Amino acid sequence: MAGLSSIGRRWDGVVERYNAQPRIVKILAVTVFVVFVYALPLLRPPILTTNATDFGGVMFRVIAFALVALGLNIVIGYAGLLDLGYVGFYAVGAYTTAVLTIEHGSWPFFLVLPVSIGITMLTGVLLGAPTLRVRGDYLAIVTLGFGEIIRITLKNVEWLGASAGIKNIPHPTGIGPAPEPPFEAGGLFEVPRLVWDGFVPSLDNDHKTAFLAFGSSDAIPYYWLILTTLILVLIGDRLIKDSRVGRAWEATREDEDAAELMGVPTFKYKLMAFALGAAIGGLSGSFYASRGSGYISPDSFPLLLSMLFVAAVIVGGSGNRWGAIAGGALVAYLPERFREFADYRMLFFGLALTLLAVWRPEGLLPPRRTRRAKEAEAEIEALEDGELEGAHDA
Amino acid sequence: MPEAKALLEVDNATLRFGGLTALDQVSFDIKEGEILGLIGPNGAGKTTCFNAMTCVYQLTSGEIRLDGKSLAGIKRHKITKLGLARTFQNIRLFKAMTVLENVMVGADAHSKVRFVEALFRMPRHRHTEQASLARAKELLELVGITARHDELATNLSYGDQRRLEIARAMATNPKLLCLDEPAAGFNPAEKQRLMELIRKLRDQGVTVLLIEHDMRLVMGVTDRIVVLEFGRKIAEGTPAEIRDNPAVIAAYLGVDEEDAS
Repeated sequence: MAGLSSIGRRWDGVVERYNAQPRIVKILAVTVFVVFVYALPLLRPPILTTNATDFGGVMFRVIAFALVALGLNIVIGYAGLLDLGYVGFYAVGAYTTAVLTIEHGSWPFFLVLPVSIGITMLTGVLLGAPTLRVRGDYLAIVTLGFGEIIRITLKNVEWLGASAGIKNIPHPTGIGPAPEPPFEAGGLFEVPRLVWDGFVPSLDNDHKTAFLAFGSSDAIPYYWLILTTLILVLIGDRLIKDSRVGRAWEATREDEDAAELMGVPTFKYKLMAFALGAAIGGLSGSFYASRGSGYISPDSFPLLLSMLFVAAVIVGGSGNRWGAIAGGALVAYLPERFREFADYRMLFFGLALTLLAVWRPEGLLPPRRTRRAKEAEAEIEALEDGELEGAHDA
Repeated sequence: MPEAKALLEVDNATLRFGGLTALDQVSFDIKEGEILGLIGPNGAGKTTCFNAMTCVYQLTSGEIRLDGKSLAGIKRHKITKLGLARTFQNIRLFKAMTVLENVMVGADAHSKVRFVEALFRMPRHRHTEQASLARAKELLELVGITARHDELATNLSYGDQRRLEIARAMATNPKLLCLDEPAAGFNPAEKQRLMELIRKLRDQGVTVLLIEHDMRLVMGVTDRIVVLEFGRKIAEGTPAEIRDNPAVIAAYLGVDEEDAS
């Protein structure tokens, strides 16, 4: 256990050293990191790459989860509202996209996207308006119920495909012709990937990715699309958090009554956090619906997924946007990485989450406030220990 | 003191919780620019009176008026807009936010910046943010915790937390500042500094209502004093008058009813 916590401290040291860098170094580091992340499914680095499943598909799922966690972080991390039915919004986003692109309209994906955001946001307001009047544990229970209501409704409405779900959801409109593997090339141009023989890379010209053409076999263009969305949402999150809106959320989380008496209309801000979180979850759902396989069903949105989303935010470090992304990525990635253990993969996943909780109860990348509160606590403890020892000596 | 306009009027305020009458036909005025002390033994209804003013409780009967306008039915988050701000007896800061952020929340009370303006960093957002930041820093300077502006509120010492509460309330730009036992747990030197601070706030044009247990502080800083006992007003007057008032002495020393009358 001591070994684990020393890894934690070293990790904090790395984070702090990064934070202490001048702005230009940070921008450079982030740029390099972003380029690396974009190229990741093409680079297919050994160890990291999942060999049992398509790595591009796994990476798409990773970013989809990261996006969901980023949205849920606004609700849980910033505004302090425990939402256990978040998967409902993910489902509403996915179903809105499916219905509008195929079932009852044939709109193009990029036109559906804003509509889908609007509808999930509206769902957030509709669910939030009655439920956000209850606090704490009660809110958790009520949202838990709402997540289930949405899933069961989807299962029983014929108009939404009932339990069979919706098939053949169209892909987003790409640039250039859609690729027809293995013979026809598509997209603007094609990018080869790397294959690794042990640790020696070489170009793989047989599996090329069509740039910005969304077909059914290659997940990498979807990955790029959702990664770009994630970056845009991340920027928006940063701008909003660092404004009166972010302050109002945090004040509400810290002390709702005091915030109210300081002039914060807490209900309005809670509703705003709820709706915004819903919209981001729905956005991720939209991408999920129109991914390569183009199929969704009520079973794609089990209650367990809600729990995983909450776990992602907590494991990552509730209240820190980078933490939420890391948590979302981890929760999506680990089960895929452990796939080679077949039946045992969920066991390993559970074990990994447990170890993380023991190693870092505050999360992978906790917000600055948690780190600082911990530091102050350690300081006081050290002082008290010192005093006790002093008493012994005397 | 020349006759000033009444800023806040408490008019026959009565508040019952079931069988308990917490406030019983209490009436008094707070005049613009004065420092009014509200004192009384434990459980006399001082904080209840405060909570009624800040719309935490609704009066059973009677009325409280600010600037001539009734406060009945006003939403709690709107009272800062009307110019009323308060601190809390049991400190209620936003603990995991920095000192500066705490004050900024108060300053945001009058901000008209909308979500979209903040998201796209439009001019109104930038101007408001700058103005709030400047005001927040000024207030931290005034209460004397500038050096700790980047500290988390929870990591402040007890006295600094009380000072931060005052700064946060002042950031809402109040006409009437209500301080609920701001000197609780202070040592004499800190009390002295608090008295100076309260006078400084008044000199900035703020009317102050002070609930306090410490008699020396109340006598030293207030212009007038209202005394409550068991939810009723038993006396009102200048500190000198209150000091010699037999009913007040009886209330504080617990003299038998027959002896007091």
